[in-house]
Amino acid sequence: MSSAARKRLVTALLLAPAAVWLFLFLVLPFAAIVVFSLGERAPAGGYAPALTLAQYANLPARATAFWNTLVLAPAGALACLLIAYPVAYYLALKVLPQRRLLLVALIVIPFWTSLLIRTYAWMYILGARGIPAFLELVGLPEMRFINTPGAVLLGIVYGYLPLMILPIYISLERLDRRLLEASADLGATPFSTFFSVTLRLSLPGMMTGFSLVLILLLGEYLIPTLLGGGKVFFIGNALVDLFLQSRNWPFGSAIAVALVAITVVLLLAANRLTARLSGARQVDLL
Amino acid sequence: MMRAFVTAVYGFLYLPIALVVLFSFNAGRHASEFTGFSFQWYGRALSNTFLMEALTNSLIVATTSAGLASLCGTAAAIGLGRAGPRTRAVFDALFGAAIVVPGVVIGIATLVALVQLFGIVNPALAALWPGDTPPRLALGYGSIIAAHGLFSTALVTMIVRARLGALGRDMVEASSDLYAGPFTTFRCIVLPQILPAILAGFLLAFTFSFDDFIVAFFVAGSQTTLPIYVFASIRRGVTPEINAIGALVLAASIVLVIAAQLLLRRRTPASS
Repeated sequence: MSSAARKRLVTALLLAPAAVWLFLFLVLPFAAIVVFSLGERAPAGGYAPALTLAQYANLPARATAFWNTLVLAPAGALACLLIAYPVAYYLALKVLPQRRLLLVALIVIPFWTSLLIRTYAWMYILGARGIPAFLELVGLPEMRFINTPGAVLLGIVYGYLPLMILPIYISLERLDRRLLEASADLGATPFSTFFSVTLRLSLPGMMTGFSLVLILLLGEYLIPTLLGGGKVFFIGNALVDLFLQSRNWPFGSAIAVALVAITVVLLLAANRLTARLSGARQVDLL
Repeated sequence: MMRAFVTAVYGFLYLPIALVVLFSFNAGRHASEFTGFSFQWYGRALSNTFLMEALTNSLIVATTSAGLASLCGTAAAIGLGRAGPRTRAVFDALFGAAIVVPGVVIGIATLVALVQLFGIVNPALAALWPGDTPPRLALGYGSIIAAHGLFSTALVTMIVRARLGALGRDMVEASSDLYAGPFTTFRCIVLPQILPAILAGFLLAFTFSFDDFIVAFFVAGSQTTLPIYVFASIRRGVTPEINAIGALVLAASIVLVIAAQLLLRRRTPASS
């Protein structure tokens, strides 16, 4: 065997396990839900073969879930962005280097710890025996926090803030400090340096953070379930209901395909926008 | 002013976690009153057999899926470094999809595909099996490991590739100039340098699998993982026992993430 052929064989063998995995558990399952979404619901639940767009035509039946998701997810991502930017700015440009490592690690840790437990913590705090009981104790009128859109929004910001801070921090940290000095030397006020240099150059990081958080939020299930208490429904809730409770698999598949389509469109739009705004290529996700 | 804001954000991130830990030691039942210090909820949690079974399942699933993902991901990262641009583009797109497709969709799609597959394979097995009790494929450990392994393989590949990209070519060239075969070069030069990245990938994959609720929720069949158990108990009503479990899970995740971060930070002299 020639050495080039051997090299090709080794490369193929190295890639084979991942390729099998990607095919069996990504490509094939996705093909399956596309096929299912064109089918009909069997009388006993599950799937009956057919070739119809009826499931897609039925999507408005779950309009509330789409509406809630498409309003609260961008709102949550925007709230994350507004809170994250000053934090990332502070970490990248204001903190002494020897303290920076620890402070950044303190941002990374919550992101990798159980979202379920972190969301549950807010259930505990916002629940009847948490803040409302405390307010009553100090003589304030009774208020309800849990199971409101506000509680879901709070949970979203809490859950996804670290994921927004990190990419913005990275883009600000990589920023060439000499540009800031040059801007000041040329007579720009700190204010205009911020808007015409710092903010502009951190746009790719902001876009990465925003699109990442938005995409993850589109498929969110735990936060609306635990903090929205069945009153604030997301697409994820509709999918759990259709697959595990009412067993309408074809309709659920159509919603899942729609969700992926929305995700892809948003991702492409975000990449386009980033490229336009910064004139540069998209930065890495992690 | 900015400092105060940043301090407030750190407080916002850590206070709820701190409260869960604090109230896991509460002698009383409710969040509104701390009635004394006690380990009773830890004792109850640790003697709960359902909970311990769920914990064992989670550990098995997380170890296996992270282990397999580390092997496949590392192999893929090395393979992609040698592959042509077209192969690389296909893998990039698929790994990207494995990361950005929402977990809820991955869970559903895997469920649908596996149920269909089992519907074909099980009757065939029953017909062909020589004995009386043919094996039946069903959802369980295997399906959770497979579905978690998908995201984890993409994650490990990404981390190891970043590390390989930062690797100096000079030592590899020096090694082959000194007549080391490609395998020896890999074992003595490349592997020691990418090992921290592989371990970090393993730990992050483990953490992902250990914490994942939504994917497992769809494909677990009759198995229960720790997050599924915790979710079910939360729906039954908030009890301090969950605080104790939560505190333990948080502690475990924090240790793993710190270990992964330290591994990723450590630089070998050759690559820095």
